[in-house]
Amino acid sequence: MKTNNVDTRVDGAVLSIKDLEVTFTTDAGEVAAVRGVGFDVAAGEVVAVVGESGSGKSVTARTILGLLADTAVARGAVLLKGKNMLTLGPAQLRAARGEDVSMVFQEPSTALNPVYTVGWQIIEGIRAHTKISKKEAKARAIEVLRKVGIPEPEVRVNYYPHQFSGGQKQRVIIAAALALNPSLIVADEPTTALDVTVQAEILELLRAVRDDFNTGIVLITHNMGVVADLADRVVVMYQGKIVESAPSVELFANPREDYTKALLAAVPHLGRHSASAGMSERSGQDKEVLVEAKDLSIVYPGRLGSPGFRAVDEVSLKICAGEVYGLVGESGSGKTTIGRAIAGLNKISSGSLKVLGYEMLDYKERSFKKLRQDIGFVFQDPAASFNPQLSIGECVAEPLLVHRGLDPRAARTRVNELLEAVQLPAAFAQRFPHELSGGQRQRASLARALALDPKLLIADEPTSALDVSVQAKVLELFKELQAELGFAALFISHDLAVVDMLSTWVGVLYRGKLVEEGIGSQVMGNPEHPYTKRLIASLPVPDPVEQAARRAAFLKA
Amino acid sequence: MSTTTHVSVPSKRSLIYRLPVISHLRMSAGLQRGMLVVGLVLTVAFLLTAALAPLIAPFGFSQMADADGDFPTQAAPGGKFIWGTTVGGFDVFSRTIWGAQTAVAVIVVAVLFSIFIGVFLGLVSGYIGGWLDRVLVVLADAVYAFPSLLLAIVMSIVISGGQSSLWGGIMAAAISITVVFIPQYFRVIRAETVRLKAEPFVESAKVIGASTWRIMFKHVFRNATRTLPLIFTLNASEALLTLAGLGFLGFGIEPTKASEWGFDLNRALSDATSGVWWTGVFPGVAIVLTVLGLTLVGESMNDLADPRLRTRRKAKRRGGKAAA
Repeated sequence: MKTNNVDTRVDGAVLSIKDLEVTFTTDAGEVAAVRGVGFDVAAGEVVAVVGESGSGKSVTARTILGLLADTAVARGAVLLKGKNMLTLGPAQLRAARGEDVSMVFQEPSTALNPVYTVGWQIIEGIRAHTKISKKEAKARAIEVLRKVGIPEPEVRVNYYPHQFSGGQKQRVIIAAALALNPSLIVADEPTTALDVTVQAEILELLRAVRDDFNTGIVLITHNMGVVADLADRVVVMYQGKIVESAPSVELFANPREDYTKALLAAVPHLGRHSASAGMSERSGQDKEVLVEAKDLSIVYPGRLGSPGFRAVDEVSLKICAGEVYGLVGESGSGKTTIGRAIAGLNKISSGSLKVLGYEMLDYKERSFKKLRQDIGFVFQDPAASFNPQLSIGECVAEPLLVHRGLDPRAARTRVNELLEAVQLPAAFAQRFPHELSGGQRQRASLARALALDPKLLIADEPTSALDVSVQAKVLELFKELQAELGFAALFISHDLAVVDMLSTWVGVLYRGKLVEEGIGSQVMGNPEHPYTKRLIASLPVPDPVEQAARRAAFLKA
Repeated sequence: MSTTTHVSVPSKRSLIYRLPVISHLRMSAGLQRGMLVVGLVLTVAFLLTAALAPLIAPFGFSQMADADGDFPTQAAPGGKFIWGTTVGGFDVFSRTIWGAQTAVAVIVVAVLFSIFIGVFLGLVSGYIGGWLDRVLVVLADAVYAFPSLLLAIVMSIVISGGQSSLWGGIMAAAISITVVFIPQYFRVIRAETVRLKAEPFVESAKVIGASTWRIMFKHVFRNATRTLPLIFTLNASEALLTLAGLGFLGFGIEPTKASEWGFDLNRALSDATSGVWWTGVFPGVAIVLTVLGLTLVGESMNDLADPRLRTRRKAKRRGGKAAA
């Protein structure tokens, strides 16, 4: 408590972290999550803490609010306006939270309590700190909702969280964080769960908060585009330590450390490394048509009395042998539904979908089964797509056992070949899925999908659960294998830059409709449909100077 | 850390450390460890008593006389009969020891029956769904709604006409317990199956083209059975209580066929009023300790299996400057 009296605001720093160390006790012993981290945040400054998963960035953010699990022990000092958050008692911590520092969470839909109105939740925070009447508190809540750009705040203050969209919910959370006008806001991946067009709006709002309220912001993120867009200063973390800390413009222009250079090089950049660079017409049109959709519609039945949800609305597309078709769209656009329908995981409602000549409208599992060996599928979450009870070898051998009827021994040689093809050591066949890292698991998943030499591979957001450096390696591998084996692929992703790197032909989905289709580099470089234009304009690029220009253009439009 | 720099970790911990109870013991700490150890000691003592009953017990369970002549009736504890004798002239100590054997037999048979049928029905019902699922769930609920002891009584009358030999009695008790327990296993496995059905690894097996049976047994079954050791221990204690209840009500096993704690308690009813405490206390304590042991094991496994409930040894504070 001695540290409480020391005035640390000489340099105007709102937050000053010194020699922070955090250790967790796990079943496997003690794990040091943060090792000797220190940085300052001044009023009105946005400091981005970037790093891959496991780098300790979120743990650092949580110690600022004194939100650590019981199993963690923190040492060092986290001085917030001169108070050491690590030594404060529970009552003092409660007083500091909300008034001095508040937090914006990653998942807006779970950070709000669904059974109370948003107004109630904001008022709750205000009345916990200041003794004012309910009426005054409500007026303040309305005021703060207006500041974050919620239309009609007088009415909306009485709405429940489910009546807001994802982006609006995040605005409400920011409003709640701003309600007591704190000196510091900790934003832990505030836009990760949001679509890019919504992300652009939230970033704009955070920028306004910084400028209008002179609030310091600690921005935790793994997205270098977001960093380039918003941050004044960047702290790069790796394995619990700070690798590099520099002003944003400087860091992107000349990174000093090797790790930072590698990290920046791995970030996909829209318009660079396009797979379709220099192409003028669609390739492979003379080859066999593998998938053909005509006016394909997929409707999820609604509850009793309510109409169904039209996930896919009269989409027509064609995938030819050897071609990589990239399907982009935001959440709810129906891209995953199309992929799943092609694999026979979703039934189609109307129109026609021909997969390898099989009409999916009269789908029967029995008659479709033998076609399955020509279709490979890579799932989004590599952690969940392996049976945790089977070894990697058994998982990869599964298609061989099912379709070829091979005995496990004969399958083993093929499994080793496949693992080698995806650059995994053969010894990994004996390991269990949880013993592999995310990237390794996704490679194994690719090996399983390719086990039977399929004609068509469906990859549903295969890299969105991975860190950028790992994503870069997996994408590289995917590209090599595709060139070598020549399978056709449907590559589904929300990330335009990733899709552009891999696919020659790109389709853009918006609310179940295919709004634009064309050669990748042309769609990305010269979009025609207004939605595609907005989508591309709102995507932040990992370069502060270029991003500032793009932002200006986007705001003007 | 998801980089590819990985050292060669041993891929499997040795089998013995992955066994349910042993793995739980290794990761326990503090009070939870104490509970688990007490439970394990009681349970092991119970199992050892059952296995070694012929060696420990000085007399047979239905023995009323030896070379020295008939046993005294209602003799107080001490001397030759360390826990005394009953009104019928049985040695209380011997009968209590032999009773463990009957209890183990009933628990094993009852749990084996219900586990196989319950797990199979739960798997099929959860995975295939549709009308089959609806019918089975309604049936399970109907059985739930029945008072279990009443059902057990009906079953024991149906199976053996209320009179029983050793195995007849054990089977009657076991089957009646089975009927009550099947819905429990069914419910648990069905819920797990329904959850697992939507997991990507099950979908990936579907995309590969694996047959329904293969998905059900190779992919779903092995993941759905993680909670079984827990229900097993909790149900074992309940099975024992049901058996004792049946015996107490007189639907148990004849004293000449096997020894059974509930039946002995029933016989001890009239003794209690005349100051003969030893005929009731010892079988009663045996029931309490066994059930306590099994429940402690089950409850601690439940807490240990959940990372949120599990206590861990605290990290040492070095420097002691600050802690959260």
